[in-house]
Amino acid sequence: MNSLLKITDLHVSVGETPILRGVTMEIRQGEIHALMGPNGSGKSTLAYALAGHPNYTVTNGSIEIDGVNVTEMEADERARLGLFLAFQYPVVIPGVKVADFLRHAVSNVRNPERKEGEGLIGMREFRKEIRDRMTELGMDHEFARRYLNEGFSGGEKKRMEILQLAMLQPRFAILDETDSGLDSDAVRVVSEGLAKLSGPQMGVLIITHHERLLEFNPPQFTHVMLGGRIVETGDSSLAHELHANGYADVRARHPQAAAENIQAEAATA
Amino acid sequence: MATATADILRVGYDSEVFENFLRSRREPQWMTEARRAAFEIYQSLLETDLDPEEFKRLDLRAFNAAKYRPALVASQSEEVSALLSDKTEFGGTIAHVDGYVTGSRLSAELAATGVLFGDLQSLLESHRELLEPYFLKKAVRVDADRFAAWHAAFWTGGTLLYVPRNVEVSLPLHSLIAHRQDGIADFSHTLIILEDGARATLLEETTSVTPETAGLHVGCVELIVGRNACLRYVQLQNWNQKTWHFAHQAGNVDANASLQWTVVGLGSRVAHIHQDINLDGRASTAEVNGVTFASDRQKISYYTQQHHRQQGTHSDLLYREVLRDDSRVIWRGMIKVDKVAQQTDGYQRSDALMLSETARCDSIPGLEIEADDVRCTHGATTGQVDREQIFYCMSRGMTRKEAMHMIVEGFFQTVYDRIPIEVVRETLSRTVQSKLGFETISQ
Repeated sequence: MNSLLKITDLHVSVGETPILRGVTMEIRQGEIHALMGPNGSGKSTLAYALAGHPNYTVTNGSIEIDGVNVTEMEADERARLGLFLAFQYPVVIPGVKVADFLRHAVSNVRNPERKEGEGLIGMREFRKEIRDRMTELGMDHEFARRYLNEGFSGGEKKRMEILQLAMLQPRFAILDETDSGLDSDAVRVVSEGLAKLSGPQMGVLIITHHERLLEFNPPQFTHVMLGGRIVETGDSSLAHELHANGYADVRARHPQAAAENIQAEAATA
Repeated sequence: MATATADILRVGYDSEVFENFLRSRREPQWMTEARRAAFEIYQSLLETDLDPEEFKRLDLRAFNAAKYRPALVASQSEEVSALLSDKTEFGGTIAHVDGYVTGSRLSAELAATGVLFGDLQSLLESHRELLEPYFLKKAVRVDADRFAAWHAAFWTGGTLLYVPRNVEVSLPLHSLIAHRQDGIADFSHTLIILEDGARATLLEETTSVTPETAGLHVGCVELIVGRNACLRYVQLQNWNQKTWHFAHQAGNVDANASLQWTVVGLGSRVAHIHQDINLDGRASTAEVNGVTFASDRQKISYYTQQHHRQQGTHSDLLYREVLRDDSRVIWRGMIKVDKVAQQTDGYQRSDALMLSETARCDSIPGLEIEADDVRCTHGATTGQVDREQIFYCMSRGMTRKEAMHMIVEGFFQTVYDRIPIEVVRETLSRTVQSKLGFETISQ
């Protein structure tokens, strides 16, 4: 059975400020969705809200995975249900080696009932697996011994997110501008990496301003967000059109959402 | 501080306690005389105030010296479990319980090279000419303050390590200082002397046999590192949380010698360590590492001084503290550079990580520089656990607690990375984990 990530009429506030004003979307395993929209439209807010960031308060609506309501769940419970967020700004965890971090993460995600202190995935098995994935992503094995994201370049951080994606094999992956701030070589590496990983077992939501990631990972669905709502949904040709022409036409077609987007942008600036 | 405070602090051991103590000893006269001289200094220092710069941030009002007495006879010996033992091979071991040596061992190969290792008391008696000139004369001064004088009058037991010229002790040595009985005052002393070109590693730990016994430790550590010698010394303070810990610790480093000194503070109710690093010889170096994890209502205080007395000396101090619950940590650090100590490089840094809103940390670095061609830097940071780090870990399936544990481990890792002794790194990591606990950590 194909798993389903179902987002229904989602309203999200940061502090007192409403950002998402009713987002509805369904992502099935195996599908690739692109989420586009101008700055301040709420794309990253949706990503954080799906992952369960405590600063993003759901004021209405729901998030369900295969009928299980995860709206009130902590981030770790969602991860154990197969949700993954590739961060736009990956966090540095000083002194924690990539391998140790991932060994804990993998142990929890593959054994959702695991409690802290209980057995980790076997060292030999884990080592082989992480080495294989690093090889596939063209990463130096030395990465496993470095401290997580400490002193990493922008491209290395994003590649590390893809490595984590490869190791955790989530049912649903949200990529929040994984291609931003990278040179074209790095974008290609990340795009190819994702293309290798996504397949019938993974539903993907790609948040992007650029075309490259979508070239390698053509979406079946393109959603346009404006003023905290999905104002249009189409196929991959919509993504091409937006890349070519920008958001002026979209704004013109949805004047109220466009006005709210401007307010939201001003509030967050 | 209120007057009442000063009054209770002025109550120390009287001459009756001292005479009783002396009667229990069977010692040569020179030793007794040295004790009497120290006791006089102690009594006069009791009349004076503690150095406010060193003690004003530490609340000692609940301290009552009269509640603790030195053990006058050795208690029954039985194995006391230690964190570091049985995890690695040691060249020699020694254990003390309530101020009395319960056993010591030195490998035959090391003994054959002239290394002395064992009970300080008996070795001071049997090797007086060699050792007396060092004992409480070079590194720690008896009149440094009332705790030093108190210790000098009442010291019992202790660990001595003496390594002759150019002898290299490759296996680490282990020293264990334990409290067993309630109300015991322990005055153990650690004296390490490395002659020129010698090398050694001593791992020392303090522990209480049970969590319930109240105790007092007034200790002293003296590290004397000869020319071109290399000493690694680790002290892991892991008393129970009913123990008061006062210690004067000093390391003297001669020309081209190096001292690597790691101080770990996990236990005690209140701890105050006065740590002097004296770079006495040209081009001597010292690396000082501190790992402190305070919880509950613990108060752990450090007063560190890196004293550059000669040209081309190098010191590097890194302390890291994690604070939980209502604990308090104080670090007052000072780099002193004498006028002659040109081309000196001094560094000190203390970073604290707060796991609760009610913990408190004071980090006060300081510089006193009389030379004009030096490089001295210092820094201190105090911060809460970063919420974004916790969220990042949780988004990868770790529970909040597991995330906290990982972040705390990582925070200490920078110090572990400087400790080249695997058994120490592993033990510290495990001990920190167990102190973090799986249930008790606050959200």
